[in-house]
Amino acid sequence: MSASTLPSELAEPASDHQLLEVSLGPQHPSTHGVFRMDVSLDGEMVVKLKPVFGYLHRNHEKIAEKCSYLGSIPYTDRLDYICSLTNNWAYAMTVEKLAGLVAPERAEYIRVILSELTRLINHSALAGFLLQDMGALGTPLMYAFREREKILDLFESLTGARMMCNYMRFGGCRCDLPPGWIEQTRSLVANFPSFLDEFEALLTGNEILQARTEGVGVLTPQLAVNAGVTGPMLRATGVNYDIRKVDAYGVYGRFSFRVPLGERGDVFDRYMIRILEMRESLKILEQALRDIPAGPIIDPKAKLRNLRPKPGEAYGRIEGPKGELGFYLISDGGPNPYRYRIRPPSLINLTILEDMCLGQTIADAVVILGSVDIVLGEVDR
Amino acid sequence: METIEQIKARIEAAAPGTRAEIVLNGSPANQPSLLLDCGHARAVAQFLRDDPALAFDYASNVTGVDWPEKTIKEKIKVKKMMEGVEKEVEEVCERKTPAYLEAVYHLYSMARKHGPLILRLRTENRADQVALPSLTPVWRSCEFQEREIFDLYGIHFEGHPDLRRILMWPEFTDYPMRKDYVEADDYEYEPTPHDAVLARARQHYPGGTPA
Repeated sequence: MSASTLPSELAEPASDHQLLEVSLGPQHPSTHGVFRMDVSLDGEMVVKLKPVFGYLHRNHEKIAEKCSYLGSIPYTDRLDYICSLTNNWAYAMTVEKLAGLVAPERAEYIRVILSELTRLINHSALAGFLLQDMGALGTPLMYAFREREKILDLFESLTGARMMCNYMRFGGCRCDLPPGWIEQTRSLVANFPSFLDEFEALLTGNEILQARTEGVGVLTPQLAVNAGVTGPMLRATGVNYDIRKVDAYGVYGRFSFRVPLGERGDVFDRYMIRILEMRESLKILEQALRDIPAGPIIDPKAKLRNLRPKPGEAYGRIEGPKGELGFYLISDGGPNPYRYRIRPPSLINLTILEDMCLGQTIADAVVILGSVDIVLGEVDR
Repeated sequence: METIEQIKARIEAAAPGTRAEIVLNGSPANQPSLLLDCGHARAVAQFLRDDPALAFDYASNVTGVDWPEKTIKEKIKVKKMMEGVEKEVEEVCERKTPAYLEAVYHLYSMARKHGPLILRLRTENRADQVALPSLTPVWRSCEFQEREIFDLYGIHFEGHPDLRRILMWPEFTDYPMRKDYVEADDYEYEPTPHDAVLARARQHYPGGTPA
Protein backbone atom coordinates (compact mmCIF):
# COMPACT_ATOMS: atom_id res chain seq x y z
CA MET A 1 0.00 0.00 0.00
CA SER A 2 1.46 3.36 -0.95
CA ALA A 3 1.25 6.35 1.30
CA SER A 4 -1.40 8.03 -0.84
CA THR A 5 -3.90 5.24 -0.27
CA LEU A 6 -3.51 5.32 3.51
CA PRO A 7 -6.34 6.85 5.47
CA SER A 8 -5.40 10.42 6.20
CA GLU A 9 -5.27 9.97 9.98
CA LEU A 10 -2.63 7.25 9.58
CA ALA A 11 -0.51 9.08 7.02
CA GLU A 12 -0.17 12.17 9.19
CA PRO A 13 -0.57 12.33 12.93
CA ALA A 14 -3.49 14.49 13.94
CA SER A 15 -2.74 17.84 15.50
CA ASP A 16 -3.95 16.75 18.96
CA HIS A 17 -1.66 13.76 18.77
CA GLN A 18 1.07 14.23 21.35
CA LEU A 19 4.05 12.10 22.09
CA LEU A 20 4.66 11.25 25.70
CA GLU A 21 8.26 11.31 26.83
CA VAL A 22 9.14 8.93 29.61
CA SER A 23 12.48 8.63 31.34
CA LEU A 24 12.63 4.96 32.23
CA GLY A 25 15.23 4.60 34.96
CA PRO A 26 17.87 5.09 36.26
CA GLN A 27 16.32 3.66 39.43
CA HIS A 28 13.90 1.23 37.88
CA PRO A 29 13.85 -2.49 38.68
CA SER A 30 13.65 -3.45 35.02
CA THR A 31 16.85 -1.65 34.03
CA HIS A 32 19.03 -4.20 35.86
CA GLY A 33 21.13 -1.52 37.48
CA VAL A 34 21.51 2.21 37.04
CA PHE A 35 20.63 2.65 33.40
CA ARG A 36 18.15 4.97 31.77
CA MET A 37 16.14 4.90 28.58
CA ASP A 38 14.65 8.10 27.20
CA VAL A 39 11.53 6.79 25.55
CA SER A 40 9.02 8.65 23.40
CA LEU A 41 5.63 6.99 23.38
CA ASP A 42 2.78 7.26 20.96
CA GLY A 43 0.03 5.84 23.10
CA GLU A 44 1.66 2.68 24.30
CA MET A 45 3.98 2.32 21.31
CA VAL A 46 7.66 3.18 21.42
CA VAL A 47 8.61 5.62 18.64
CA LYS A 48 12.00 6.67 19.95
CA LEU A 49 14.34 5.18 22.52
CA LYS A 50 17.74 6.51 23.50
CA PRO A 51 19.77 4.64 26.10
CA VAL A 52 21.67 6.83 28.58
CA PHE A 53 24.79 5.44 30.23
CA GLY A 54 27.47 6.46 32.64
CA TYR A 55 25.89 6.20 36.07
CA LEU A 56 28.45 3.57 37.11
CA HIS A 57 31.36 5.06 35.16
CA ARG A 58 34.59 5.09 37.17
CA ASN A 59 37.04 5.05 34.25
CA HIS A 60 38.32 1.59 34.93
CA GLU A 61 40.61 1.90 31.89
CA LYS A 62 42.39 4.95 33.26
CA ILE A 63 42.77 3.37 36.70
CA ALA A 64 44.25 0.25 35.10
CA GLU A 65 46.80 2.40 33.25
CA LYS A 66 48.06 3.49 36.65
CA CYS A 67 48.16 -0.07 38.05
CA SER A 68 50.65 -2.86 37.42
CA TYR A 69 49.53 -5.72 35.20
CA LEU A 70 48.91 -7.90 38.25
CA GLY A 71 47.08 -5.15 40.10
CA SER A 72 44.31 -4.99 37.52
CA ILE A 73 43.18 -8.60 37.93
CA PRO A 74 40.99 -8.04 41.01
CA TYR A 75 39.53 -5.02 39.28
CA THR A 76 38.41 -7.04 36.27
CA ASP A 77 36.18 -9.02 38.66
CA ARG A 78 34.08 -5.90 39.05
CA LEU A 79 33.33 -5.45 35.37
CA ASP A 80 30.61 -7.99 34.87
CA TYR A 81 30.24 -8.94 38.50
CA ILE A 82 28.08 -11.98 37.75
CA CYS A 83 30.86 -13.60 35.69
CA SER A 84 34.09 -12.55 37.35
CA LEU A 85 36.03 -15.63 36.27
CA THR A 86 35.51 -15.14 32.56
CA ASN A 87 36.69 -11.53 32.94
CA ASN A 88 39.81 -12.82 34.68
CA TRP A 89 40.41 -15.23 31.86
CA ALA A 90 40.07 -12.69 29.06
CA TYR A 91 42.52 -10.38 30.78
CA ALA A 92 44.99 -13.12 31.71
CA MET A 93 44.89 -14.44 28.16
CA THR A 94 45.65 -11.03 26.67
CA VAL A 95 48.60 -10.47 28.99
CA GLU A 96 49.84 -13.93 28.04
CA LYS A 97 49.69 -12.94 24.38
CA LEU A 98 51.46 -9.69 25.11
CA ALA A 99 54.23 -11.24 27.21
CA GLY A 100 54.55 -14.56 25.41
CA LEU A 101 53.52 -16.78 28.32
CA VAL A 102 51.84 -20.16 28.00
CA ALA A 103 49.56 -21.57 30.66
CA PRO A 104 50.11 -25.26 31.53
CA GLU A 105 47.53 -27.78 30.45
CA ARG A 106 46.02 -28.31 33.87
CA ALA A 107 45.47 -24.57 34.25
CA GLU A 108 43.73 -24.44 30.86
CA TYR A 109 41.38 -27.23 31.95
CA ILE A 110 40.64 -25.45 35.22
CA ARG A 111 39.88 -22.30 33.24
CA VAL A 112 37.48 -24.14 30.95
CA ILE A 113 35.70 -25.73 33.92
CA LEU A 114 35.38 -22.41 35.74
CA SER A 115 34.24 -20.48 32.71
CA GLU A 116 31.57 -23.04 31.87
CA LEU A 117 30.36 -22.96 35.48
CA THR A 118 30.23 -19.18 35.13
CA ARG A 119 28.17 -19.57 31.98
CA LEU A 120 25.70 -21.73 33.93
CA ILE A 121 25.45 -19.03 36.59
CA ASN A 122 24.96 -16.25 34.06
CA HIS A 123 22.41 -17.97 31.87
CA SER A 124 20.32 -19.32 34.73
CA ALA A 125 20.32 -15.94 36.45
CA LEU A 126 19.43 -14.22 33.17
CA ALA A 127 16.50 -16.57 32.60
CA GLY A 128 15.30 -15.78 36.12
CA PHE A 129 15.65 -12.02 35.67
CA LEU A 130 13.96 -12.13 32.28
CA LEU A 131 10.95 -13.87 33.80
CA GLN A 132 11.01 -11.35 36.64
CA ASP A 133 10.73 -8.58 34.02
CA MET A 134 7.66 -10.28 32.60
CA GLY A 135 5.98 -10.26 35.95
CA ALA A 136 6.77 -13.76 37.21
CA LEU A 137 8.01 -12.27 40.45
CA GLY A 138 10.30 -14.37 42.53
CA THR A 139 9.74 -18.01 41.73
CA PRO A 140 11.81 -18.55 38.54
CA LEU A 141 14.54 -16.25 39.83
CA MET A 142 14.75 -18.09 43.14
CA TYR A 143 14.89 -21.43 41.37
CA ALA A 144 17.82 -20.10 39.32
CA PHE A 145 19.53 -18.58 42.32
CA ARG A 146 19.23 -21.86 44.23
CA GLU A 147 21.44 -23.49 41.58
CA ARG A 148 23.70 -20.46 41.45
CA GLU A 149 24.35 -20.78 45.18
CA LYS A 150 25.65 -24.31 44.71
CA ILE A 151 28.12 -23.11 42.06
CA LEU A 152 29.15 -20.14 44.21
CA ASP A 153 29.92 -22.63 47.01
CA LEU A 154 32.33 -24.35 44.64
CA PHE A 155 33.94 -21.01 43.78
CA GLU A 156 34.26 -20.20 47.44
CA SER A 157 36.02 -23.44 48.28
CA LEU A 158 38.41 -22.93 45.37
CA THR A 159 39.12 -19.18 45.37
CA GLY A 160 37.99 -18.02 48.78
CA ALA A 161 35.42 -15.64 47.33
CA ARG A 162 31.94 -16.19 46.03
CA MET A 163 31.72 -13.44 43.45
CA MET A 164 34.97 -11.44 43.30
CA CYS A 165 37.12 -14.48 42.66
CA ASN A 166 40.44 -12.90 41.59
CA TYR A 167 41.62 -16.35 40.64
CA MET A 168 43.38 -16.44 37.29
CA ARG A 169 46.89 -15.21 36.73
CA PHE A 170 48.83 -14.67 33.53
CA GLY A 171 50.58 -17.97 32.93
CA GLY A 172 48.08 -20.06 34.88
CA CYS A 173 45.94 -19.93 37.99
CA ARG A 174 46.50 -18.79 41.54
CA CYS A 175 46.12 -22.07 43.42
CA ASP A 176 45.37 -25.70 42.74
CA LEU A 177 42.01 -27.36 43.21
CA PRO A 178 41.28 -28.37 46.82
CA PRO A 179 40.83 -32.09 47.56
CA GLY A 180 37.41 -33.38 46.62
CA TRP A 181 36.57 -30.38 44.44
CA ILE A 182 36.38 -32.37 41.21
CA GLU A 183 33.99 -34.90 42.77
CA GLN A 184 31.76 -32.12 44.11
CA THR A 185 31.68 -30.44 40.71
CA ARG A 186 30.96 -33.74 39.02
CA SER A 187 27.94 -34.35 41.23
CA LEU A 188 26.73 -30.79 40.58
CA VAL A 189 27.05 -31.36 36.85
CA ALA A 190 25.19 -34.65 37.17
CA ASN A 191 22.32 -32.99 39.03
CA PHE A 192 22.07 -29.84 36.91
CA PRO A 193 20.00 -31.35 34.06
CA SER A 194 17.21 -32.13 36.50
CA PHE A 195 17.10 -28.43 37.42
CA LEU A 196 16.98 -27.49 33.75
CA ASP A 197 14.17 -29.96 33.11
CA GLU A 198 12.23 -28.59 36.06
CA PHE A 199 12.86 -25.01 34.94
CA GLU A 200 11.75 -25.78 31.41
CA ALA A 201 8.66 -27.68 32.58
CA LEU A 202 7.73 -24.59 34.56
CA LEU A 203 8.49 -22.01 31.90
CA THR A 204 9.20 -22.98 28.31
CA GLY A 205 5.74 -24.23 27.46
CA ASN A 206 4.09 -21.53 29.52
CA GLU A 207 1.44 -19.70 27.55
CA ILE A 208 2.15 -16.33 29.11
CA LEU A 209 5.87 -16.59 28.45
CA GLN A 210 5.24 -17.49 24.83
CA ALA A 211 2.73 -14.69 24.37
CA ARG A 212 5.13 -12.15 25.81
CA THR A 213 8.21 -13.29 23.90
CA GLU A 214 7.34 -14.77 20.50
CA GLY A 215 7.76 -12.23 17.73
CA VAL A 216 8.89 -9.57 20.21
CA GLY A 217 12.10 -7.62 19.62
CA VAL A 218 13.00 -9.36 16.38
CA LEU A 219 16.58 -8.82 15.25
CA THR A 220 17.68 -9.70 11.72
CA PRO A 221 21.00 -11.50 11.23
CA GLN A 222 22.28 -8.80 8.83
CA LEU A 223 21.75 -6.03 11.36
CA ALA A 224 23.09 -8.16 14.21
CA VAL A 225 26.37 -8.82 12.40
CA ASN A 226 26.76 -5.23 11.26
CA ALA A 227 26.06 -3.90 14.74
CA GLY A 228 28.63 -6.19 16.31
CA VAL A 229 26.12 -8.10 18.40
CA THR A 230 27.77 -11.19 19.88
CA GLY A 231 27.02 -14.09 22.16
CA PRO A 232 23.61 -15.69 22.62
CA MET A 233 21.96 -12.57 21.15
CA LEU A 234 23.74 -13.15 17.84
CA ARG A 235 23.21 -16.89 17.76
CA ALA A 236 19.50 -16.42 18.41
CA THR A 237 19.33 -14.77 14.98
CA GLY A 238 20.86 -17.88 13.40
CA VAL A 239 24.43 -16.69 12.80
CA ASN A 240 26.82 -19.47 13.70
CA TYR A 241 29.63 -17.60 15.45
CA ASP A 242 30.96 -18.91 18.72
CA ILE A 243 34.52 -17.86 19.58
CA ARG A 244 35.00 -21.14 21.46
CA LYS A 245 34.70 -22.82 18.05
CA VAL A 246 36.19 -20.09 15.82
CA ASP A 247 39.36 -19.37 17.81
CA ALA A 248 39.39 -22.65 19.81
CA TYR A 249 41.32 -20.77 22.49
CA GLY A 250 42.57 -22.61 25.54
CA VAL A 251 41.70 -26.28 25.15
CA TYR A 252 38.22 -25.79 23.70
CA GLY A 253 39.31 -27.52 20.51
CA ARG A 254 39.37 -30.84 22.39
CA PHE A 255 35.75 -30.93 23.48
CA SER A 256 32.79 -31.96 21.41
CA PHE A 257 29.82 -29.68 21.82
CA ARG A 258 27.26 -28.07 19.56
CA VAL A 259 26.41 -24.42 19.06
CA PRO A 260 22.66 -23.91 19.43
CA LEU A 261 21.19 -21.52 16.86
CA GLY A 262 17.88 -19.67 16.76
CA GLU A 263 15.67 -19.04 13.78
CA ARG A 264 13.70 -15.87 14.32
CA GLY A 265 15.89 -13.76 16.59
CA ASP A 266 13.05 -12.82 18.93
CA VAL A 267 13.07 -12.78 22.72
CA PHE A 268 11.85 -16.36 22.91
CA ASP A 269 14.80 -17.56 20.81
CA ARG A 270 17.18 -15.66 23.06
CA TYR A 271 15.67 -17.34 26.12
CA MET A 272 15.78 -20.75 24.48
CA ILE A 273 19.39 -20.36 23.26
CA ARG A 274 20.50 -19.75 26.81
CA ILE A 275 18.75 -22.86 28.08
CA LEU A 276 20.30 -24.93 25.29
CA GLU A 277 23.75 -23.41 25.85
CA MET A 278 23.57 -24.50 29.47
CA ARG A 279 22.99 -28.07 28.31
CA GLU A 280 26.01 -27.82 26.01
CA SER A 281 28.10 -26.34 28.83
CA LEU A 282 27.28 -29.40 30.90
CA LYS A 283 28.68 -31.60 28.11
CA ILE A 284 31.92 -29.59 28.09
CA LEU A 285 32.11 -29.80 31.87
CA GLU A 286 31.68 -33.57 31.84
CA GLN A 287 34.51 -33.97 29.33
CA ALA A 288 36.80 -31.49 31.06
CA LEU A 289 36.28 -33.04 34.49
CA ARG A 290 37.00 -36.45 33.01
CA ASP A 291 40.15 -35.44 31.11
CA ILE A 292 41.79 -32.94 33.47
CA PRO A 293 45.50 -33.87 33.72
CA ALA A 294 47.77 -33.59 36.73
CA GLY A 295 50.66 -31.16 36.64
CA PRO A 296 51.67 -27.62 37.46
CA ILE A 297 49.06 -24.86 37.43
CA ILE A 298 51.25 -21.92 36.51
CA ASP A 299 54.01 -21.28 33.99
CA PRO A 300 57.24 -21.25 36.03
CA LYS A 301 58.55 -18.43 33.79
CA ALA A 302 55.56 -16.23 34.60
CA LYS A 303 56.73 -13.25 36.56
CA LEU A 304 53.66 -11.97 38.30
CA ARG A 305 55.07 -8.98 40.10
CA ASN A 306 56.83 -6.29 38.11
CA LEU A 307 56.00 -7.80 34.75
CA ARG A 308 57.39 -5.63 31.96
CA PRO A 309 56.33 -6.95 28.55
CA LYS A 310 58.25 -5.85 25.46
CA PRO A 311 56.80 -2.81 23.70
CA GLY A 312 53.93 -3.89 21.50
CA GLU A 313 50.25 -4.58 21.62
CA ALA A 314 47.86 -7.51 21.81
CA TYR A 315 44.14 -8.08 21.45
CA GLY A 316 42.70 -11.16 23.13
CA ARG A 317 39.09 -12.24 23.20
CA ILE A 318 36.99 -15.01 24.66
CA GLU A 319 33.39 -16.10 24.34
CA GLY A 320 32.05 -14.65 27.56
CA PRO A 321 28.55 -15.59 28.67
CA LYS A 322 27.28 -12.25 27.31
CA GLY A 323 29.28 -12.16 24.09
CA GLU A 324 32.76 -11.39 22.88
CA LEU A 325 34.76 -10.09 25.81
CA GLY A 326 38.00 -8.62 24.55
CA PHE A 327 40.98 -6.87 26.07
CA TYR A 328 43.35 -4.67 24.09
CA LEU A 329 46.66 -3.88 25.75
CA ILE A 330 49.54 -1.71 24.59
CA SER A 331 52.84 -2.00 26.42
CA ASP A 332 55.56 0.61 26.25
CA GLY A 333 57.97 -1.59 28.17
CA GLY A 334 57.01 -0.18 31.53
CA PRO A 335 55.43 -1.91 34.52
CA ASN A 336 51.97 -0.48 33.73
CA PRO A 337 50.01 -0.97 30.52
CA TYR A 338 50.23 2.11 28.28
CA ARG A 339 46.72 1.47 27.04
CA TYR A 340 44.20 -0.89 28.57
CA ARG A 341 40.94 -1.30 26.76
CA ILE A 342 38.00 -3.57 27.43
CA ARG A 343 35.61 -4.52 24.68
CA PRO A 344 32.41 -4.76 26.68
CA PRO A 345 29.86 -7.09 25.08
CA SER A 346 26.99 -5.63 27.12
CA LEU A 347 27.56 -2.11 25.81
CA ILE A 348 27.88 -3.09 22.18
CA ASN A 349 24.85 -5.37 22.32
CA LEU A 350 22.85 -2.31 23.36
CA THR A 351 23.65 -0.54 20.05
CA ILE A 352 20.55 -2.00 18.42
CA LEU A 353 18.26 -1.65 21.45
CA GLU A 354 16.33 1.15 19.74
CA ASP A 355 15.95 -0.81 16.50
CA MET A 356 14.49 -3.76 18.39
CA CYS A 357 12.08 -1.66 20.46
CA LEU A 358 10.61 0.62 17.77
CA GLY A 359 6.95 -0.16 17.18
CA GLN A 360 6.71 -2.35 20.25
CA THR A 361 4.83 -1.48 23.41
CA ILE A 362 6.59 -0.03 26.43
CA ALA A 363 5.99 -3.26 28.36
CA ASP A 364 7.78 -5.17 25.60
CA ALA A 365 10.70 -2.75 25.70
CA VAL A 366 11.31 -3.88 29.27
CA VAL A 367 11.32 -7.52 28.18
CA ILE A 368 13.60 -6.78 25.22
CA LEU A 369 16.10 -5.03 27.47
CA GLY A 370 15.95 -8.02 29.82
CA SER A 371 16.74 -10.38 26.95
CA VAL A 372 19.85 -8.37 25.95
CA ASP A 373 21.41 -9.36 29.28
CA ILE A 374 23.38 -6.34 30.43
CA VAL A 375 25.42 -5.77 33.54
CA LEU A 376 26.03 -2.11 34.16
CA GLY A 377 29.38 -2.66 35.79
CA GLU A 378 30.59 -3.64 32.35
CA VAL A 379 28.54 -1.19 30.27
CA ASP A 380 29.80 1.87 32.15
CA ARG A 381 33.21 0.67 33.30
CA MET B 1 43.19 -15.15 5.56
CA GLU B 2 45.44 -13.27 3.20
CA THR B 3 48.59 -11.80 4.70
CA ILE B 4 48.61 -8.18 5.67
CA GLU B 5 50.91 -7.37 2.72
CA GLN B 6 48.40 -8.90 0.31
CA ILE B 7 45.54 -7.01 1.92
CA LYS B 8 47.53 -3.78 1.66
CA ALA B 9 48.11 -4.37 -2.04
CA ARG B 10 44.42 -5.17 -2.60
CA ILE B 11 43.38 -2.02 -0.77
CA GLU B 12 45.70 0.16 -2.81
CA ALA B 13 44.38 -1.38 -6.01
CA ALA B 14 40.73 -1.02 -4.99
CA ALA B 15 40.88 2.56 -3.72
CA PRO B 16 43.49 4.34 -5.83
CA GLY B 17 45.43 7.01 -4.02
CA THR B 18 45.20 5.29 -0.64
CA ARG B 19 48.30 5.53 1.46
CA ALA B 20 48.43 2.44 3.66
CA GLU B 21 51.35 1.66 5.88
CA ILE B 22 52.02 -1.51 7.84
CA VAL B 23 52.67 -0.84 11.52
CA LEU B 24 54.68 -3.65 13.03
CA ASN B 25 54.01 -4.97 16.48
CA GLY B 26 56.92 -5.90 18.68
CA SER B 27 55.08 -8.16 21.08
CA PRO B 28 54.90 -11.96 20.77
CA ALA B 29 51.23 -11.56 19.84
CA ASN B 30 52.42 -10.59 16.35
CA GLN B 31 49.37 -8.63 15.33
CA PRO B 32 50.54 -6.02 12.79
CA SER B 33 48.17 -3.28 11.80
CA LEU B 34 47.45 -1.07 8.80
CA LEU B 35 47.72 2.69 9.12
CA LEU B 36 45.32 4.37 6.69
CA ASP B 37 45.09 7.94 5.52
CA CYS B 38 41.94 9.68 6.63
CA GLY B 39 40.78 10.72 3.17
CA HIS B 40 40.26 7.18 1.90
CA ALA B 41 39.42 5.43 5.16
CA ARG B 42 35.67 5.20 4.50
CA ALA B 43 36.17 3.81 0.99
CA VAL B 44 38.70 1.28 2.27
CA ALA B 45 36.35 0.20 5.05
CA GLN B 46 33.56 -0.28 2.53
CA PHE B 47 35.88 -2.37 0.36
CA LEU B 48 37.02 -4.52 3.28
CA ARG B 49 33.42 -5.19 4.27
CA ASP B 50 32.05 -5.90 0.79
CA ASP B 51 34.91 -7.79 -0.85
CA PRO B 52 33.79 -11.44 -0.93
CA ALA B 53 37.23 -12.87 -0.14
CA LEU B 54 37.96 -10.53 2.75
CA ALA B 55 34.37 -10.02 4.03
CA PHE B 56 35.28 -8.17 7.21
CA ASP B 57 31.64 -7.80 8.18
CA TYR B 58 32.21 -7.37 11.89
CA ALA B 59 34.08 -4.50 13.55
CA SER B 60 34.68 -5.96 16.95
CA ASN B 61 36.64 -3.44 18.94
CA VAL B 62 37.09 0.28 18.34
CA THR B 63 39.25 2.28 20.64
CA GLY B 64 41.34 5.39 21.00
CA VAL B 65 44.95 5.81 22.02
CA ASP B 66 46.63 9.02 23.07
CA TRP B 67 50.21 9.62 21.94
CA PRO B 68 51.49 12.88 23.34
CA GLU B 69 54.71 14.44 22.12
CA LYS B 70 57.64 12.42 23.34
CA THR B 71 61.32 13.24 23.43
CA ILE B 72 63.42 10.28 22.43
CA LYS B 73 67.08 10.25 23.25
CA GLU B 74 69.12 8.27 20.80
CA LYS B 75 72.76 7.43 20.69
CA ILE B 76 74.22 7.72 17.22
CA LYS B 77 77.73 7.12 16.08
CA VAL B 78 79.39 10.06 14.43
CA LYS B 79 82.79 10.18 12.78
CA LYS B 80 84.81 13.07 14.04
CA MET B 81 88.32 14.32 13.57
CA MET B 82 89.94 14.33 16.97
CA GLU B 83 93.54 15.40 17.30
CA GLY B 84 94.10 14.70 13.66
CA VAL B 85 92.73 11.14 13.85
CA GLU B 86 89.29 10.14 12.61
CA LYS B 87 87.40 8.49 15.44
CA GLU B 88 83.92 7.18 15.91
CA VAL B 89 82.23 8.98 18.76
CA GLU B 90 78.84 8.32 20.26
CA GLU B 91 76.67 11.37 20.50
CA VAL B 92 73.30 11.67 22.17
CA CYS B 93 70.77 13.39 19.99
CA GLU B 94 67.22 14.23 20.90
CA ARG B 95 64.31 13.99 18.57
CA LYS B 96 60.67 14.63 19.16
CA THR B 97 57.89 12.36 17.97
CA PRO B 98 54.80 14.14 16.73
CA ALA B 99 51.75 14.16 18.98
CA TYR B 100 48.55 12.63 17.71
CA LEU B 101 45.43 10.76 18.74
CA GLU B 102 44.76 7.40 17.23
CA ALA B 103 41.65 5.32 16.61
CA VAL B 104 42.18 1.56 16.36
CA TYR B 105 39.66 -0.79 14.73
CA HIS B 106 39.78 -4.57 15.18
CA LEU B 107 37.96 -6.25 12.31
CA TYR B 108 36.86 -9.85 12.04
CA SER B 109 34.88 -11.76 9.48
CA MET B 110 31.88 -13.69 10.71
CA ALA B 111 31.15 -15.06 7.26
CA ARG B 112 34.65 -16.40 6.65
CA LYS B 113 35.64 -16.75 10.33
CA HIS B 114 39.00 -15.05 10.08
CA GLY B 115 40.68 -12.06 11.60
CA PRO B 116 41.74 -9.87 13.16
CA LEU B 117 42.68 -7.13 10.75
CA ILE B 118 43.69 -4.04 12.66
CA LEU B 119 43.18 -0.59 11.17
CA ARG B 120 44.61 2.61 12.60
CA LEU B 121 43.66 6.19 11.86
CA ARG B 122 45.66 9.12 13.18
CA THR B 123 44.74 12.74 13.74
CA GLU B 124 47.01 15.59 12.68
CA ASN B 125 47.70 16.66 16.24
CA ARG B 126 46.14 16.60 19.68
CA ALA B 127 44.91 20.17 19.86
CA ASP B 128 42.87 21.57 17.02
CA GLN B 129 42.97 19.08 14.17
CA VAL B 130 41.35 16.10 15.83
CA ALA B 131 38.85 15.04 13.17
CA LEU B 132 38.70 11.54 11.73
CA PRO B 133 36.16 10.00 9.37
CA SER B 134 33.56 7.96 11.19
CA LEU B 135 33.22 4.33 10.14
CA THR B 136 29.76 4.01 11.73
CA PRO B 137 28.06 4.20 8.29
CA VAL B 138 29.99 1.05 7.36
CA TRP B 139 29.73 -0.83 10.68
CA ARG B 140 26.97 0.05 13.12
CA SER B 141 29.00 -1.49 15.96
CA CYS B 142 31.26 1.57 15.87
CA GLU B 143 28.39 3.83 16.93
CA PHE B 144 28.72 3.66 20.71
CA GLN B 145 32.45 2.98 20.65
CA GLU B 146 33.21 6.06 18.54
CA ARG B 147 31.01 8.06 20.87
CA GLU B 148 33.08 6.75 23.73
CA ILE B 149 36.31 7.79 22.01
CA PHE B 150 34.85 11.23 21.39
CA ASP B 151 33.88 11.40 25.04
CA LEU B 152 37.11 10.20 26.59
CA TYR B 153 39.74 11.25 24.00
CA GLY B 154 38.14 14.11 22.12
CA ILE B 155 38.48 12.73 18.60
CA HIS B 156 35.79 14.27 16.42
CA PHE B 157 34.26 11.65 14.10
CA GLU B 158 32.94 13.27 10.94
CA GLY B 159 29.81 11.62 9.59
CA HIS B 160 28.82 10.04 12.89
CA PRO B 161 25.02 10.09 13.23
CA ASP B 162 24.86 10.94 16.92
CA LEU B 163 28.14 12.23 18.31
CA ARG B 164 27.47 13.07 21.96
CA ARG B 165 29.16 12.28 25.22
CA ILE B 166 28.24 8.80 26.34
CA LEU B 167 29.82 8.06 29.72
CA MET B 168 30.55 11.54 31.08
CA TRP B 169 27.77 14.07 31.57
CA PRO B 170 27.05 16.52 28.73
CA GLU B 171 28.41 19.57 30.57
CA PHE B 172 31.79 17.96 31.18
CA THR B 173 34.51 19.71 29.19
CA ASP B 174 37.73 17.70 29.45
CA TYR B 175 38.85 14.37 28.00
CA PRO B 176 39.67 12.02 30.89
CA MET B 177 41.56 9.32 29.02
CA ARG B 178 44.20 11.68 27.65
CA LYS B 179 47.58 11.24 29.25
CA ASP B 180 47.81 14.86 30.36
CA TYR B 181 44.37 14.96 31.98
CA VAL B 182 44.45 16.51 35.43
CA GLU B 183 41.93 15.07 37.82
CA ALA B 184 39.48 17.39 39.47
CA ASP B 185 40.06 17.97 43.16
CA ASP B 186 36.51 17.25 43.91
CA TYR B 187 34.24 15.50 41.44
CA GLU B 188 31.21 15.92 43.65
CA TYR B 189 31.06 19.44 44.94
CA GLU B 190 31.72 19.61 48.65
CA PRO B 191 30.83 22.98 50.15
CA THR B 192 33.38 22.51 52.96
CA PRO B 193 36.15 20.28 51.63
CA HIS B 194 37.93 18.18 54.21
CA ASP B 195 40.55 15.47 54.60
CA ALA B 196 41.99 14.19 51.33
CA VAL B 197 39.95 16.56 49.19
CA LEU B 198 41.13 19.54 51.18
CA ALA B 199 44.74 18.43 50.94
CA ARG B 200 44.47 18.21 47.16
CA ALA B 201 42.66 21.52 46.90
CA ARG B 202 45.30 23.28 48.98
CA GLN B 203 47.93 22.56 46.35
CA HIS B 204 46.19 25.06 44.09
CA TYR B 205 45.99 27.74 46.78
CA PRO B 206 49.51 28.23 48.09
CA GLY B 207 48.39 31.24 50.14
CA GLY B 208 45.92 29.39 52.28
CA THR B 209 42.76 27.35 52.27
CA PRO B 210 40.24 27.65 49.47
CA ALA B 211 37.22 29.75 50.19
